Amino acid sequence: MRAPLSQSATRELPPTVGDGGKMAEVETRFQADFDASISASIKIEPTDWMPEGYRKTLIRQMSQHAHSEIVGQLPEANWITRAPSLKRKAILLAKVQDEAGHGLYLYSAAETLGTSREEMVADLLSGKAKYSSIFNYPTLTWADVGTIGWLVDGAAIINQIPLCRCSYGPYARAMMRICKEESFHQRQGFEIMMRLSNGTAKQKAMAQDALSRWWWPSLMMFGPPDVESANSAQSMKWGIKLFSNDELRQKFIDQTVPQADYLGLGIPDPELHWNNERGHYDFGPIDWDEFYNVIRGNGPCNHERLRVRRKADEDGAWFREALAAHAQKCASRDGLAAAQGAPC
Amino acid sequence: MLNEWPLWEVFIRSQTGLAHRHVGSLHAPDAEMAMNNARDVYTRRNEGVSIWVVRSADIVASCPFEKDSLFEPADNKVYRHPTFYPMPEGVKHI
Repeated sequence: MRAPLSQSATRELPPTVGDGGKMAEVETRFQADFDASISASIKIEPTDWMPEGYRKTLIRQMSQHAHSEIVGQLPEANWITRAPSLKRKAILLAKVQDEAGHGLYLYSAAETLGTSREEMVADLLSGKAKYSSIFNYPTLTWADVGTIGWLVDGAAIINQIPLCRCSYGPYARAMMRICKEESFHQRQGFEIMMRLSNGTAKQKAMAQDALSRWWWPSLMMFGPPDVESANSAQSMKWGIKLFSNDELRQKFIDQTVPQADYLGLGIPDPELHWNNERGHYDFGPIDWDEFYNVIRGNGPCNHERLRVRRKADEDGAWFREALAAHAQKCASRDGLAAAQGAPC
Repeated sequence: MLNEWPLWEVFIRSQTGLAHRHVGSLHAPDAEMAMNNARDVYTRRNEGVSIWVVRSADIVASCPFEKDSLFEPADNKVYRHPTFYPMPEGVKHI
């Protein structure tokens, strides 16, 4: 799709590389240049040579990230028509629209690596591609919308800020735009939680219930513990990952616990306490069986999320076709007019 | 279907007095839709006062493997920079 900007790299190799040993020699030189760029923190751009593993890892990670933004619209979109006031409705609409935008930034960035939008969307709809497991949990009350903004977007920010410095230029640039917009998401969520926590006993109970349900899944957003994280070491070498899952998780806990204290809400972890020696909060064990189970497709909403995405894709097909047909018609009319010397 | 929609590069002028700058890309069936989508995707927070959309296929890019031959000649012409010419202490305004 993006032939002029990304595929020229492979197409325009010097003609000599076709012959035997020279190919390996050229590869080695390219690899050395690539390694030198990574260790000097020089960004890799679409037309630069890169190892196949780097390209594949980035395509997988960026498309999963894009899918998460797109599927992430669904739990909150459930509440657009049920928002408690016009102000909240307008805010939620703007946030959900941002998520769609984030998905598009990331799909575009992934396309610079030679994959196509169509392939990525097909992989999401077929269930082949993954997205963040957090979006397979239901949004039962309005407090869930607040909690998602506060915890889920909060965790996303901690995950994403380091990615603004990742080694692949288009990904880093997309992440900068996303991070700039994400902070509004977290604050509007925290504000909802503040209102509920300072409201009636029933409203505060609703806020507590939402926090209790979303806390552990939010911690799982940082991925499996470092000892079990298969691809982490290589991704760190490539500058695609700058901090380990456990480091980021700890950072999230350390900064979120005082926020929950401020709200007067309790975190559902009896083992949670400040460890003066470590300078961090200690916390109880995470139920990784639940995490893997949700990833395998058995979370409470996996089927519902994909069903809605597929339906949106099918229902919009006629419109996309109409747009393409209209564009084609205009193009051929303009072409004809130009040929006859008439002004377009 | 989507693969029938060409790719467009989006350039935004953030304020008058500054040049348009590449901000990303999108798919659209024609120029009008590309413009509409660029506005929705890339200017939700007053990021711009003007948008250009250009079909990616119409952009001619330099080849990365010619980087050395294209740009190295500029590297060894230090005399093109004012710092190449040391000026004596007392000489002002130069």
